[in-house]
Amino acid sequence: MAIQILLNFLIACIWMFLQSDTSTAAFLTGYFLGLLIIFAMRRAFSRRYYVYNIFAAFSLLAIFIKELLLANLSVLKVVLAPKIKASPGIFAYETNLEKPWEITVLSNLITLTPGTLVVEVSDDNKILYIHAMDMDDADKAREDIRNSFEKAIMEVSR
Amino acid sequence: MTEISKFIVGFLVLQGAFLSLAAAIGVLRLPDPYTRNHAASKSATLGVLSLLLGVFLYFWLLKGEINSKIILGIIFVFITSPVAGHLIMRAAYNIGIPLWKHSVQDDLKEKKRKESRE
Repeated sequence: MAIQILLNFLIACIWMFLQSDTSTAAFLTGYFLGLLIIFAMRRAFSRRYYVYNIFAAFSLLAIFIKELLLANLSVLKVVLAPKIKASPGIFAYETNLEKPWEITVLSNLITLTPGTLVVEVSDDNKILYIHAMDMDDADKAREDIRNSFEKAIMEVSR
Repeated sequence: MTEISKFIVGFLVLQGAFLSLAAAIGVLRLPDPYTRNHAASKSATLGVLSLLLGVFLYFWLLKGEINSKIILGIIFVFITSPVAGHLIMRAAYNIGIPLWKHSVQDDLKEKKRKESRE
């Protein structure tokens, strides 16, 4: 992915030199042409066309913000309820992600999810130990993590 | 236009203050360090974020100057506060602070016991 972006910058710079015009507009035109060229040459790269990854990163950011809002609502509900009723606990969650940065992003996401907080990551990076505010919701949380977060992160790193 | 932006700024700042208050109440009311950490790491994050966003929009829409340091501040808080929550949680667990008595499940205990036996 990084190599495609670098190549795109290079094409934009070459375009500027061809025009002998160093304005931002020329750079943007060249960048757009570079996008087209890289799209046409996409089978020459081992990774997929990098615009998809950028979209995936933005959708991951959207998930982050949405979960942060939901998490705050649920914390508000627990904190401001007349009587504290929670059944906290720690559950183990096996992750399929492998690279360290993916696991870091996943744990940050989990921490900002309603009712869950990461306590520990096992030494082999396979199991996350997650403290949940309400163990009744833990199965739902597990499904959520598996289906939406892991998928979104994999989509970015594909 | 100014009225709308004033309304948005006011709403964001009030929401941030309210969430920070809720985080403080949560820290006082919840029973054990782990659940307290839930309140502190979530509500305080969004509280600070919306306060900063409100300040940014105030200077942008009403004073006409873009202060990029505030944007950087938002990004830093957004990245670092979950990590801080996680580290406090982990340190608390490793020095052996017990869970709340109504806790129902503890998978990590099994693992720790296995490790200490080895």
